[in-house]
Amino acid sequence: MADVTTPNVGVEDHYTSTGLSSTKLAMWLFLASECLLFGGLITAYILYRGASLTGPYPQDVFDIRYTSVSSFVLLASSLTMVLAHNASLDKDYPRMRLWLAGTAMLGLTFVGGQVFEFTAFYREGLALSTNLFGTTFYVLTGFHGVHVTVGVLMLLILVVMSWRGSLSDEPAFPVEMVGLYWHFVDIVWIVIFTLVYLIPSPQGPIR
Amino acid sequence: MTTSEDTTAARRHEYHPSTREYVRVGLILVALTCLEVWLSYSSLSGTALIAALLTCTLIKFVMVVGYFMHLKFDSGRFSRLFALGAIGAFTLYVAVLLMFGVWGK
Repeated sequence: MADVTTPNVGVEDHYTSTGLSSTKLAMWLFLASECLLFGGLITAYILYRGASLTGPYPQDVFDIRYTSVSSFVLLASSLTMVLAHNASLDKDYPRMRLWLAGTAMLGLTFVGGQVFEFTAFYREGLALSTNLFGTTFYVLTGFHGVHVTVGVLMLLILVVMSWRGSLSDEPAFPVEMVGLYWHFVDIVWIVIFTLVYLIPSPQGPIR
Repeated sequence: MTTSEDTTAARRHEYHPSTREYVRVGLILVALTCLEVWLSYSSLSGTALIAALLTCTLIKFVMVVGYFMHLKFDSGRFSRLFALGAIGAFTLYVAVLLMFGVWGK
């Protein structure tokens, strides 16, 4: 009788006829669609730059030094994420959990910084409906903040699952998938930081 | 060897940068961010400033996608799939901005 191998149902990364993981393919497809979402929000911001009839304007509220620190925090979290992935490939699970928890903490620091920034802007009179700048700025950066928060939750879930031993025998794969999402959130911020904060608004340079 | 063992073995042989390489990439990203912030405070203005800032952003984007997201070492199909979304979105929205005459204001 011929040796018949049954499909390996139940493993977490199924392979397509191309030899590629279907989960990974789906993740890249999802990230490609996210480019369209954030592209739309960034376009709306650029479209209405300098179109606000009343203040506060970007130059009245932005603090580049403060936002730069937030950017460094998010960049550092991308580095700790890849170090977590490397640790998972080495099957060094305590180190993996440490880097994952570190990434989550850096992510929380970023979100905390954003909440502080939003509160400061609100106190200076910039609400969601104050002017076009307020609407486009809060929607764009708010959506990004929600994505970071979702990423932090996924990281914490990975840490807890690994700690309880309920992750699969190959935890490198889920860590890689969460990592892809996390790095995507980082590249979106790289673009937002330049286009929103660093490029001067038509209503005057930011200082 | 079964299909499952084949794919697992293949994945173990995929190239992954070392910690040292990742740290090097991280330091370059930090340096580029410092350069961006410095440029925004410099005497550079107008098109030159925007071009310099966008160049730094593009380099950072490519480095994160290539190294941290492994596209440089992964199958080209993933790169093409992501490029479809990223370049597609860029083209679409640049067309929208041109249509509204953003650069003519």
